[in-house]
Amino acid sequence: MANKDFSRTINDNHGASGFSRSSALFARIHLDLPLLLLLLLLAACGLLILYSGSGRSLEMVERQALHYLLGFAVLLTAAQFPPRLYQQLAPFAYGLGVVLLAGVLLFGVGAKGAQRWLELPGLPRFQPSELMKLALPLMVACYMARRPVPPALSDIIKAIIILMLPVVMILKQPDLGTSILIATAGFLVVFFAGMSWRLIFSLAALLAAITPVMWLFVMRDYQKQRVLTFLNPESDPLGSGWNIIQSKTAIGSGGIEGKGWLQGTQSQLEFLPESHTDFIIAVLAEELGLIGVLLLLTLYFFIIMRCLYLSTRCETLFARLVSGSLAVTFFIYVFVNIGMVSGILPVVGVPLPLVSYGGTSVISLLAAFGIIMSMATHNKQ
Amino acid sequence: MWEHSFRDPRQERRLFRSRAITLGLIIFMLLGGLVWRMAYLQITLHEKYRDLSENNRMQLRPVVPNRGLIYDRNGVLLAENIPSYSLTLTPERTKDSAQTLAFLEQLIGFSEREREQIETRLSQRRRPFEPIVLKHRLSEEEIASIMVNRNFMPGIDVEAQLVRYYPHGEDFAHVLGYVGRINQQEQTQLDLDPDTKRRYSASRFIGKTGAEKRYEEVLHGQVGYEKVETNARGRVIRVVERQDPIPGDDITLHLDIRLQQLARKEMQGMRGGLVAIDIETGGILSLYSNPSFDPNLFVTGISHADYAALRDNPDMPLFDRTIRGQYPPASTLKPFVGLAILEAGSTNWNETINDHGWYQLPNDDRIYRDWKRTGHGLVNMERAMVESCDTYFYEMAVRAGIDNISPFLAQFGFGRNMTLDIPNALPGLLPDRDWKRARHGNYWFAGDTVNLGIGQGYMLVTPLQLATATAVLGNRGQWQIPRLIYAQNDQPVEVAHGDIPDIQLKAPRDWERMTVAMEKVISDLRGTAHRLYQRHTYPMAAKTGTAQVVGIKQDEEYDSEALKERLRDHALFIAYAPADKPRIAVAVVIENGESAARTAGPVAQSIIYEYLGGAEG
Repeated sequence: MANKDFSRTINDNHGASGFSRSSALFARIHLDLPLLLLLLLLAACGLLILYSGSGRSLEMVERQALHYLLGFAVLLTAAQFPPRLYQQLAPFAYGLGVVLLAGVLLFGVGAKGAQRWLELPGLPRFQPSELMKLALPLMVACYMARRPVPPALSDIIKAIIILMLPVVMILKQPDLGTSILIATAGFLVVFFAGMSWRLIFSLAALLAAITPVMWLFVMRDYQKQRVLTFLNPESDPLGSGWNIIQSKTAIGSGGIEGKGWLQGTQSQLEFLPESHTDFIIAVLAEELGLIGVLLLLTLYFFIIMRCLYLSTRCETLFARLVSGSLAVTFFIYVFVNIGMVSGILPVVGVPLPLVSYGGTSVISLLAAFGIIMSMATHNKQ
Repeated sequence: MWEHSFRDPRQERRLFRSRAITLGLIIFMLLGGLVWRMAYLQITLHEKYRDLSENNRMQLRPVVPNRGLIYDRNGVLLAENIPSYSLTLTPERTKDSAQTLAFLEQLIGFSEREREQIETRLSQRRRPFEPIVLKHRLSEEEIASIMVNRNFMPGIDVEAQLVRYYPHGEDFAHVLGYVGRINQQEQTQLDLDPDTKRRYSASRFIGKTGAEKRYEEVLHGQVGYEKVETNARGRVIRVVERQDPIPGDDITLHLDIRLQQLARKEMQGMRGGLVAIDIETGGILSLYSNPSFDPNLFVTGISHADYAALRDNPDMPLFDRTIRGQYPPASTLKPFVGLAILEAGSTNWNETINDHGWYQLPNDDRIYRDWKRTGHGLVNMERAMVESCDTYFYEMAVRAGIDNISPFLAQFGFGRNMTLDIPNALPGLLPDRDWKRARHGNYWFAGDTVNLGIGQGYMLVTPLQLATATAVLGNRGQWQIPRLIYAQNDQPVEVAHGDIPDIQLKAPRDWERMTVAMEKVISDLRGTAHRLYQRHTYPMAAKTGTAQVVGIKQDEEYDSEALKERLRDHALFIAYAPADKPRIAVAVVIENGESAARTAGPVAQSIIYEYLGGAEG
């Protein structure tokens, strides 16, 4: 198998450069070198921005570096498991996730009227919804991979039932942002599986129709408040509008070239809230300007495109569905975060992937990239 | 896998690839959207947000100017600014004001009065992020324990500021007045005019009464500015630039602390007012109302209890008797009425009348009694002055008539506020025919003139007016507008003489003769103030007065013992000295003082002697 891989790489690249040689070397340990390099670059940028965004806290940078270290270890490990194993484990992971989510609803802890964390003896406090971010797309992909392509309506409905169960449970916590993101991840699998466009548009129309119903009967006051603040942040400049006004001010005042690293007055003088977590892109925008933003977005673009490319090269439908949906979900995190910080989306509490401070987020994202690499490198089963 | 038999891998792959390409394009477009959004904020709106971020970080903070100091004529400091540390709270920066206050309560404790004030200040309208003062005059221990715990109390600061202090509090309370916290009403008033709004943008205090209020404009100074960089919690990181405030001008008043202190000492236990005027300049040497109060209580806000005690005190310490106490001048008006009568040609210095102890108008039953029941016998103008003969003045006033007397008295400033810089002095009341018709809807009767002849009836004067008129009398009719201000920043303040005409007598010698008559009030054995002759040092022209508090019915015996103390007559006394070349004029009113020669007279005499003696010594 190894020989075959090697010879094909030679053929593909018409004359072996150093890079393709090491690429092949990495492929043997089930890693994709270009993606890995891009991720390492992103992590390095992340640490630089975090140093500024955390108010020059070396301690925080060190801890985040540790998160990256752990994350890359998880990535490396996750990449070693063959897709077949993920396919077999998907229903169990999904089932475990659902049980834990039920546990959250029954015994969860949290703040501000929302229960999100679970405290189990012997384990650190964690959010089961993080597990669902991976388990759900795997489960839906596992299901769709067994159905004919393009899927029949009945299959799609079943898939949607599979994805709605955890989504509704997370919505109950309540955590609107995460439930929408997870629903999207699951839906992306169905989309990649070949759901017809007509159905997609009908679903979109249905969604538009139930939105007012959601507003009136499902959404909590604080969620409505977020939406209202998003629509008119100036209405409450010292209260809930403060964050978005300050982040827009930070971004806008950065201009094209920025105020210089560690020179952002909005971030350094603590006007910008959550400058090390959700609003960290505003620190970048203020200090390194539009140029810095463009560089970061380009980095993200390359990462996503590389993943999409890898997904098309996968051997099995399951592998394609999983890596495709994980790649696009990653993009959605980027888009939602930057959209919210720049004031075109409501503030929903999504960190900027791999840049915002936070262990859970970094590790689960890198685990996802590990899965993508697994899907792309275990080609012969 | 068994499903594979149903599948077409190539078609699957194609379908997936097209979906991936579709999503790739959508992603590209959405990222483009983000770039567009960022570019919109960072290029199109850059200037707006740059300014916003500058405003966030840079604050233009007004800096309060130091209030000008106030000195007396000897250069003694009467109003100064002393540093005071106050504890402030900025509600916008605290998480929970109530909790912070509870913590502070444990830490340093608040008095009942402070708790009251905090309550009101928290509920008052104020500028956003403007700190509220919780406690004034912190002790060193309090400052230390606050600073140690400051990290637990965001929004809490210790501010150093200068606070007005009156070292000779009670001696000058009424005349100097006091500054106090700018209240809501005053703030609204200041905010009306953009200029004053700017000038007071850092100020917390404003002159409330007295000279502090009158010279507010001069004392306040010009606000300065400080551009500071602050963080989101409002802590100042550094001062970027600063334009210093211009302190208010210092002012020197004509007031003499020796006289003021002496007046307070002499009037101990009495209720009354004393005014002394420098005849040559019109400068007010002393303006003292007893009882007085401590103006320092008002500076940082007086408690309800303290205020109620002052307000409800039956002796009314807050009442400024010198400028707002209006009394019948009684016999102290006689020198002025006497000149009016002479000027009208109704009599001369030689004509005598026989006084049997009462006067009666033709065709009228009413009897107007002299204070001396047996009468004074034969009296002329001088004797009538010396003995304060009422009958003589009844008769002569009727002869001269209201139309001569009232306009003549007006020349001495009666019925008007003639001061330069005491705007809230009351005008008293100088009656005439028009006034009576307007006020009482009635004609002026001859009987009204009889009463006016001895300074009773409708006529009312303040001690300040009486002193002013006495000064003009002592200055032979030459007017000097009474004033407090002497110098501003050590530059003497020139005051235009104004449009008040000096008084020209047809017979200028009458000034001298009136002075001689008034000297005899003390020196003559039968003078009403002969008692004062015991301490005779400087020749002094004087006149006593006894103003009835209640009307005594015609035939009723006046029995002062039976009357309650509050119903006793007011004692009045005017004097100027030295008689030949007068330098100081004094008027004293002692409420219910009864005998001018025993109460008001000695006070005036002490003041005059102190001034003349001190000035020479």
